[in-house]
Formats: sequence, C-alpha cells, structure tokens
Amino acid sequence: MSTVFLALQTNEDTRPIIEAILQDNPSAVVDEQPAMVKINADGRLVVRRETIEELIGRDYDLQELQVNMITMSGNLDQTDDEITLFWKS
Amino acid sequence: MQIDLRTVTIKPLRQTFDNIARRIGADKPASRYQEGTLDMQQTANFHYRPTWDPAHDIYDASRTAIKMADWYAFKDPRQFYYGAYTLARAKQQDTAEANFDFVENRGLAATLPESVRKTVLELLLPLRHVAWGSNMNNASVCAYSYGTGFSQPHIYQAMDQLGIAQYLTRVGLLLGDVESLDEAKRAWMDDDAWQGLRRYVEDSFVIKDPVELFVAQNVALDGLLYPLVYETIIDDVLSSQGGTPVAMLTQFMTDWFTETRKWVDATVKIAAAESPENKEVMTRWLSQWRDRSAAALLPVARIALGDRSDEVVGEVVQQFNARMAKAGVAL
Amino acid sequence: MDMQVAKKKLGLKERYAVMTRGLDWTPSYQKMEDIYPYIAYEGIKIHDWDKWEDPFRLTMDAYWKYQAEKERKLYAIIDAFNQNNGHLNVTDARYVNTVKLFISGISPLEYVAHRGFAHAGRAFPGPGPRVACLMQSLDEIRHAQTQVHSISNYNKYYNGMHDFHHMHDRVWFLSVPKSFFDDAITAGPFEFMVSIGFSFEYVLTNLLFVPFVSGAAYNGDMGTMTFGFSAQSDEARHMTLGLEVIKFILEQDPANVPIVQRWIDKWTWRGYRVLTLVAMMMDYMLPKRTMSWKEAWEVYFEENGGALFKDLARYGITMPKCAEQIALEKDHLSHQAWSTFYNYAAAANFHTWMPDEDEMAWLSSKYPESFDKLYRPRYEFWREQAAKGNRFYNKTLPMLCQTCQIPMIFTEPGDATKICYREVDYKGDKYHFCSDHCKEIFEHEPEKYVQAWLPVHQIYQGNCFPEGTDPTVEGFDPLAAVLKYYNLEHGRDNLDFDISEDKKNFAEWRGQATKNI
Repeated sequence: MSTVFLALQTNEDTRPIIEAILQDNPSAVVDEQPAMVKINADGRLVVRRETIEELIGRDYDLQELQVNMITMSGNLDQTDDEITLFWKS
Repeated sequence: MQIDLRTVTIKPLRQTFDNIARRIGADKPASRYQEGTLDMQQTANFHYRPTWDPAHDIYDASRTAIKMADWYAFKDPRQFYYGAYTLARAKQQDTAEANFDFVENRGLAATLPESVRKTVLELLLPLRHVAWGSNMNNASVCAYSYGTGFSQPHIYQAMDQLGIAQYLTRVGLLLGDVESLDEAKRAWMDDDAWQGLRRYVEDSFVIKDPVELFVAQNVALDGLLYPLVYETIIDDVLSSQGGTPVAMLTQFMTDWFTETRKWVDATVKIAAAESPENKEVMTRWLSQWRDRSAAALLPVARIALGDRSDEVVGEVVQQFNARMAKAGVAL
Repeated sequence: MDMQVAKKKLGLKERYAVMTRGLDWTPSYQKMEDIYPYIAYEGIKIHDWDKWEDPFRLTMDAYWKYQAEKERKLYAIIDAFNQNNGHLNVTDARYVNTVKLFISGISPLEYVAHRGFAHAGRAFPGPGPRVACLMQSLDEIRHAQTQVHSISNYNKYYNGMHDFHHMHDRVWFLSVPKSFFDDAITAGPFEFMVSIGFSFEYVLTNLLFVPFVSGAAYNGDMGTMTFGFSAQSDEARHMTLGLEVIKFILEQDPANVPIVQRWIDKWTWRGYRVLTLVAMMMDYMLPKRTMSWKEAWEVYFEENGGALFKDLARYGITMPKCAEQIALEKDHLSHQAWSTFYNYAAAANFHTWMPDEDEMAWLSSKYPESFDKLYRPRYEFWREQAAKGNRFYNKTLPMLCQTCQIPMIFTEPGDATKICYREVDYKGDKYHFCSDHCKEIFEHEPEKYVQAWLPVHQIYQGNCFPEGTDPTVEGFDPLAAVLKYYNLEHGRDNLDFDISEDKKNFAEWRGQATKNI
C-alpha cells in the first residue's frame, strides 16, 4: 500500500488532534519537522470527531481542522463524523 | 512611574513598493488595501493570447466600452482586501448565526401566521436562483475586467451572493423542508410570475462587456431587488403582519446591501465622471437595465403586495433614480 | 413546533447538496453554448456534471468563519514580527534573497491563479466545480495579498523587491514563472484545471511550499513561515479539488484519457522547469538547509507522486514520462541553476555568492555522485578569481529555450558534461529547446509557443530600453539601459552578496540590536 499523510502546524490546537489521530490509527508514524508535524500511514488514515471531542472536552467540527492543516496526500472523504484519507490501490 | 520599552530603532530605506510610491508619494507607508490592490494585475509583455478569446490579451481593457485613463481610479470605499473582507463577513456571519439560533431555539418559525410563512416561501426561495446567477455574473466580471481596483470587489460580491443563496436555502429548510426548495425551483422554471426575472438573469449570462454586466447585475437588478424584497416587503410589510422573525433571518441581506451599495455607487460615479462618453454609455445601460429589471420584478412583488405592487415598485424606482443622480448619472 | 421537531437533520453531504447543487437550473431563454462558450473546444467530453464529488463541503458561512480565524492569527504575527524587527533574527542576510525571489517570481502567480480560477469557475456549467473553483479564486487573492503584506516590511529594509510588479513583467528570468502561468490561463478551462489544479497544486506544490516554508521557519523568518503555513491550509482544499477534477474528467469518457495524459505530461514538465528556482533556493540560498532538492524531490514527487499515479492507473493514466529525465537531472539541477545566476548576478534583482567550505561539504554529502566531481572545482575557481578581484559577471546574453524560457544551461540526460540542445524549424524560423520535453510541447502547439515574449530576443530587438533611448549614440551601454527598463538599481539590487548594501546594513543593524554601541 502507498503512504497517505496529513501535515499539521505544530501548536496548541493541533496537539490533541495529533493525539487523537494516533489513537485511532495505531500504525501511523509521526514525523516532526520545523513548525510542522507530518503523520504518515499505510494506505489509510482516519480522523474521528468523537476521539478529538473526548480529548478536548468540547464539541468539535471537523472543518475546524482546515485552520491548521498544511498539506495532505491521498483521496479525501469527509462526513460529519470523520475525515478519511486513502489510496484505492 | 513611567516604563520605557526600548527597541532598536533603525531607519527604513523606503516606505513602500515603488508602484505604490509612484501613486501616493514615497514619503509615507501605504495601507494594506493599497499594497494588496494597486497594480496587482500584470499589465505588460504577455506571452500568449487566450485560446478561448484570441481577439484579446489575458487582461484587456478593450473588453468593455468604458474607457479609463487609469483603471486604478476605481477604489473600494470599504477598502476590502481579503483580510478585511473576511473579517467583516465573519462578524456578520456570527450575527446571522445568532439570529438563526434565536428563531430556531424559540420555535419562532412555528409562530408565523400561515399566510406569512407561505408568502415567504413563495417569494424568497426562488431568489436562491437569482443569487446563484449573481454569483456567476460576478465571477465573470472578476475574470474578464481590467485592473484589480475594479475586478477585486467582484470576487467578494460573487461569494457574498453564494452565501446569500445559502442563507435563503436555510430559511427554506427552517420554514419548510427540502420539498419547499424543489417547489420553489419548479416555480422559478415554470410560473409566469418568475419568467420575466429568469429571462433577465439568463440574458445577463451572455453579456460580454464586464462593466455592462456590473451595471445589469449589481446596479440595476440588485439595486431594485434588495430595497423591494428585503427593505420593503420583509422589513416593513411582513413584519407588520407578524413576520418579524423572517426579518431576523434576512438581516444579513439587509446589512449586506447597505454596505455594498457604497461600493456600487462609488464605482458608477467614477466610471461616469471619467468622460462624457463614459457617462453616455453608463446612462444608456443604466436606464435600459433598470427598466427591464423593474418590469421583471413587478410580478414577483405581486406575490407579497398584490394590488400595491405598481405603486411600491414605482417608489423603489424613484429611490433608485435618486441614488444614481447622486452618483452623477441622471436617468 | 411539532413540524420543527419532526424535521430530519440533514447530514453534511445532503446539506451541502441543497446548498450548492440545488441552486443550479437548465436555462431556456439562452442557449447553453452561448452561456458556456468555452467548454467544448478542448475535446473533453462531460456527460453528467452531477457526478462531480465535492471533497470539502464548505458553505460560505463556515468559510468566512475559519478563514477569518486564519487571517486574525496571521496578521497578529506579521504585526509582531514587524514591530520587533523580526528580520534581524534571520540566520544571515543572504536568506533575504529567497524572499526577493519569492515576491517577484511567485506572488504575482498567485494573482494570476486568482483570475484564472474565476475564469474556470465561470466557464464550467456544473455547480460543484464552479463553487470549488470560485472558492479557490478567493483563496488565491488571499495568498497574493498576504505575501505582499508579509514581505512589505522586508522591502522597507532590503533591496531588490522595491518594484516587483514591474520586474515580474520584464526581468529576463522572471519570464520563466510568468510564461508558465500565462500558458495555463490562456489554455482552455479544462487544461487550466489540469495544469494548475492538478499538476501544480497536487503534484508539485509541496515542493514549493513545504521546503520553502520549513526553510523560513528554520532560518528564523516567522513572518514568511506564518503566511506560508497559513496559505498551505487552503492548499489542502485546492489539492483535493485538483485530484477530483482529474478523476471526474477521466470517469466521464474514455476519450478524455489521452488528452488528460498529454496535459499531465506537459504540465509536470513545465512545472518542474519552474521549480528549478526552488531547487537552487533550497541548496544554495537558505543559510540553514532543511533538506536538499534531491531529497525533497524523492519524498514529494517520487514517493508521493508515485502513490498518486499508482492510484490513477485504474483510469489508464501513467506516470509522466518526463519523470525519468527528472530523476537523471536531480543530481545536477540546482548546481547548474546556481552557476547561471552566479554568472548573471549583474542582471538579477537578488544577490548571489559562492558557498563557503561548510556549505560545500554539505553539498558533497548530499550530492556524492556529482558535486565534488563537477561543481566544486568550478566554484573553487570562481572563488579564487573573486579573491583576486576578478569576480566574473557574464554580460553576454544567453540563448533561451522557446518553451520554458530558461537559458540553455541544462546538460544531456546521462552526460553532465555536454549541454543539451534541440531545435525545430517552423515556418522558416529556427526555434531552440533545452530538452526533448520542451521541444515536444512546442511541436504540439507551435502557434501558441511562437508567440512567447523571449526576454533575450526582445533585448536584441531593442524592446527593453526605457522609452526615448537612442541605442545609436556613442558609448551606449545596452546592459545599463536594460537595467533601467527593469527599474533595477545597479550596485544596490544586483551583484555579489559580499559587496552588497544588504550585507553591510544587516551587520550594522544586528550589531545595534545585540551589542552596546
């Protein structure tokens, strides 16, 4: 499977989001770069609203993620509950 | 006690970019609106002609009949660059959100008299399509007009109109349901009341001159539609019949029109004041599109105003003429 | 009340559908082909615009809300950076030259993207792609403006950026990025989407922004880092648009596949040639390097692009064939480019210099196959010459490639000791190319590429002197006249970094900031 990734700015907003992503994607690998955190995963990466909400203790709209997102790779599907990045092949 | 905050003072070599300094003088810093607007569009040494319009350059002032010695004579009195624009809309969006919440949480939609609810659905929902048309027309002006001073506000206007179409959709979903939207689209396509307006909008889609399109859409159509529908029918007529919650749901449109007309008026004024030839062209376009717009809106007004429509539309046209007279064009 | 309670809450996808798709209608008072005149001539067949998948489903209210949050953050940091003379915290003044390159080469392109997406959005009859394009048009004017606003403060203290709009339309090497975007916006709307939306945004943008912005962060430039990352957050939306466009066109009709493949081949190469500027910036211009050009190419193109093209294989799309040549060039590209700019330092709006010993060591470790053998000896020679007072400034104008407009500096694929020349005779004229790929692009659309405004030709034809110049007077200095036409101030904006006002001022100001003098 090819690698998908999501890169986020390193800041207070993204700390719990990265934690949530790592919880939901146990095989994901974190690559820390200057001012940026890149999360790589094999073929598929899921960002779940509920997991983030549990960590931050408030409602979270997945569209908020866009404020801190730097780049990504893979096809994207978004619903109210999750964002999925994936390759089909 | 006085605290001195010391920082290193170094003297700048220059206050702003040369292109700005050539326009406002080199002795003062420029505003973010100026640095983000003036001369942003390329003007020289284009490499290829558009394959989609080989008769013109990529940016070409000759796409319009209006002639300007300097297209940066057009200035947005709101001084909107992206940041200022977005912050202004985010604030209005906050208010709109609070209004929608207020109406929703208190169940105010259910308190509307049935006749008011019905009128609102019939009158407002087909206007989603008019706003969508405006989105498309403003994108067109942004793409094909000359100079960022003129083109820039049109992308904001385009996205505002998309936002308005979406607020109207939310009104429809709040006072009705998805079927209400379908029914409104059917009326837009088939009912006699809407055909004049739909024809106006579709005819505007094929206008090639970007300044004429600005006139047909932002000056003539919106200049009659917003005062008629939002300021008169919703805020006055329906409110007096128990429709105040509706006025809360359309506050964005009322505020938006009050704000954007300042830019529209300034633009008309600058174009017309440039030369007698421009003034002649502007006068011709304005009276022609105003007359068509008034005729197209009359049957729409009847949905809410019945017999009073002629009189009210007449008043709205009078106000419009007065507005244009202030902008230097006597109609 | 009951009516409200019973109402089903719409999910994101359904809600977005009524917020956009539902707004559209089929016109009957005007013909479709009159309303949408630009969608047929490229040969792309679309049977059902409703098959378009919206990736990010942003309505305008949410757009305003999140974008305003980004803008508030961004301008707060720009203000703080400026108030604290943040420019004095960058690694050293050589860094500022990347900023000059960026504002005169890249920011004006963001503006063209803004107009181009307005055009594409207006041209497409489908509401899904239209909304996505117009939102991108709006984002692109944001990028152009936030870049100008962030860099405005650098312009107050450093040279070379003071007339970047004027220079972008005129200075020789800036015709490389300019002609790239002119090429895209003058193509049909579908090709525009493939060129900018897909090839540039999806395949190549990471190579521009991530290294540049990480580089800014690494070199202490908070302002640039902030606008860069802030712009990138919109880029995620643009990338998904680019990918959706490709998938949508390919799924609509099998006849679209070869057209799209040709566009992908063409635009990957065109984009890659423009990235030559980024390659040399990464390897030479950042005092503290984040990664080499070669490494960035391997991560962001070979690995990431490889995954993408594997994914697109199911439509019959293959990896652009130029990838092979690019792989052969990756050991050479940045060195050949930097050597050229070192030569032409008198005619560019930024400074160049020779790498110091540590930097040479870094370059040999990153480029073990090529650096010590081919480029180090050359640099050592130039450095010696400069020490003797013979800093070389090339005053002979170079031959340019008709397509990418880069001087013919690149070597044969596989033989780095031989310059690559290609030529084509067309209607009685001879045209020159840097590579097989640029030659093929020309041969497919000669009528377009013969129009190119080639800076060197224009200088020789006398079109690049200030108005009223008389080149026949005795002692006429053509280079001086060209620099005047560029509004490039000789001795301040150009020449070697070592003798620059930037270097001197930076040392003095930094001294004021850190010492008691």
